[in-house]
Amino acid sequence: MELTFGTLCGGGLLLVGLFLLYAILTGSRSLRNYVITRLLLVVPMIWILLTLVFVMMRILPGDPISTRLKPGTDQATLDRLRERAGLNRPIYEQYWDYITDIVRGDLGVSNNVEQDRPVTDIIGRRFPATIELVMPSILLMLIFGIISGALSANRHKSTMDYSFRISSVVAYAVPIFWLGLMLQIVFARELNLLPVAQRINPQYANEFEHRTNIYMIDTLLAGNIEAFADVLKHLVLPTVTLTIALVGVFIRLTRSNMIEVLQEDYVTASRARGVPERKVVYFHALRNSFIPIMTLIGLQVAVLLAGAVLTETTFSWDGLGKLLRDGIALRDYPVVQGAVVVFAITVGVMSTLTDILYAFIDPRIRF
Amino acid sequence: MSLFQVVPDHSQVNKQEIILSIRDLSVEYQTRRGVLSAIDTLSLDLYKGEVLGLVGESGSGKSTLGKAIMRMIPSPGRITKGQLIFKNQDLMAYDENQMRDVRGKQISMIFQDPMTSLNPVQRIDNHIIEAIRVHEPNISKDEALARSESLMERLGIGRRRLKEYPHQLSGGMRQRVMIGLALALKANIIIADEATTSLDVIVEAQFLDLLRELKEEFGLTILLVTHNIGIVAELADRVAVMYAGRLAEVANVDELFHNPKHPYTQGLLRSVPNIAIDSQDLYRMDGTPPNLVMPPSGCRFHPRCPHVMDICHQKQPWLVRVDEIGEGDEQVGGYDKHLASCWLHQEYQGATQARRY
Repeated sequence: MELTFGTLCGGGLLLVGLFLLYAILTGSRSLRNYVITRLLLVVPMIWILLTLVFVMMRILPGDPISTRLKPGTDQATLDRLRERAGLNRPIYEQYWDYITDIVRGDLGVSNNVEQDRPVTDIIGRRFPATIELVMPSILLMLIFGIISGALSANRHKSTMDYSFRISSVVAYAVPIFWLGLMLQIVFARELNLLPVAQRINPQYANEFEHRTNIYMIDTLLAGNIEAFADVLKHLVLPTVTLTIALVGVFIRLTRSNMIEVLQEDYVTASRARGVPERKVVYFHALRNSFIPIMTLIGLQVAVLLAGAVLTETTFSWDGLGKLLRDGIALRDYPVVQGAVVVFAITVGVMSTLTDILYAFIDPRIRF
Repeated sequence: MSLFQVVPDHSQVNKQEIILSIRDLSVEYQTRRGVLSAIDTLSLDLYKGEVLGLVGESGSGKSTLGKAIMRMIPSPGRITKGQLIFKNQDLMAYDENQMRDVRGKQISMIFQDPMTSLNPVQRIDNHIIEAIRVHEPNISKDEALARSESLMERLGIGRRRLKEYPHQLSGGMRQRVMIGLALALKANIIIADEATTSLDVIVEAQFLDLLRELKEEFGLTILLVTHNIGIVAELADRVAVMYAGRLAEVANVDELFHNPKHPYTQGLLRSVPNIAIDSQDLYRMDGTPPNLVMPPSGCRFHPRCPHVMDICHQKQPWLVRVDEIGEGDEQVGGYDKHLASCWLHQEYQGATQARRY
């Protein structure tokens, strides 16, 4: 089977499905009921989101045709184009077609962002770009956030604790686009170390086959190390920007949870049993403080996969976030709607997964 | 004091061998309002095989003393002076690694609340296996498991229960697990810090029975920290009464209940509710425990004492012998001595050269 983004996604969903199946088969009856209910709830959730987007896009002044054409275009031309795009039909007919098309897996054709290209195609190219940006950021956030949060809690009220606390507030407060711009100015323009924006240098872009559209994988599959290095270089600034934006809350949450857990009786009790301090902190306490942190990870992954809009816009990163922004700016109804479908599915799957993982980490939770 | 059926059995106690000797121990907490003196120059001996009841009201420093013995005073508190002589070694001179070998293996602690003293995401057996393997790393997991199974069997917790998580066990069972953890390494001393406070009366009675059996079976020395006089009467061989960070009185249990010397002990015993006495009012000691940031001068009990004298304001009384001194019995300390720190018992002080205990 050929490796494409489609098969990758399919594989991912298959894994998730297997995990859910495992939970359903081995879990208690209440867990089974919970998983099934959660999955069934994803359907109305998507429907509500789609309807909201449909209505809101049409409330916005202007439509795909008027945004595309120059001001002062005569009314006859506008009407002709609207008729061709089916925008003159009654609103309920448009809604019905829209919903039934989506059920059939047809997300329509782009009006303006990439004229006449099927939205599924566009998403197939844009979603991998977002994944390529978000996954390393989440990974960095986890590593850095957990380590510094735990250190901070363990050395409560030390200089290190205070510096982590201050930097986490600063990181949280800094606007993403400003941070991105500053990094671009310093590292790209002044020091000339890294590329300013984009995913890859155009000279490499056609040197390898875009099979998955996750360039890190594609370049490696093609064995093109130079291109791979170039992709990595392009990744550095946006990943760092996104990580800094995310890690602030994460450090604070880990820290406060850890501090709370470190004061629990069972932590004192295991110390009184002579358990080494390192094991007390990084095994007993960390696992317990991880439970509330899980929620945050689940939510952040979902939101980010749905598009890190600001980061992608700042770095001209052709991902889902930038697609959504362009789609709204150009009143491209099908593109926005398509992006929202991806958004809804991601959020639905991620939150269900998070909730079920809870039950595996914390034996007290049995839904 | 007919209320308490005091039947101390001193046969298990080795009256010659002091297993732990606390000498001039002081613990202070650095607070925003100043230095809080939680324990002030306290000396106490623990004899091998005895159950020493440590009683006092909340804030008297009894739990702090238990933690101090383990050298586990939480920041911002610290031990400012004193010695903890255990098996002829001063624990105060130990570094953190040496202390870790003592904790759990030599001196164990049973905590107040069994509901929160077990890690909620770990199975029961893992707790015990961990405790064993921390101190005896050469033991395999299977051996440790086998050992914990037979130990818990003895405590009435079946093999199947070991595979469960703490929240699946009742409070009484969890407290038995806590004992199991304390016994897993055959510790010499067990400090039971308010170990029955959160249990209901029936479970408490079962727990005390179990503790009594185990004491004989394993030859344990127990420091029973509690505010419950009834439990002390039932289980302890000797009693030490604490007030405001100092010892008020130390005596063996029937001596203390029948012949209390310190006015605080007398008040404490009178304020225990007694259904045998037909009285509407419970005796109530006047005043409140002192603020230990600015403790009263002289004897810390003097603002509440019904027998207060001038000297009580000025000078701190030391623990002195207050019982009859027999022939050739002048040596200080000792298991059977009755000690109190009160100016009312001045006259005895002359006899022992005002020696501090």
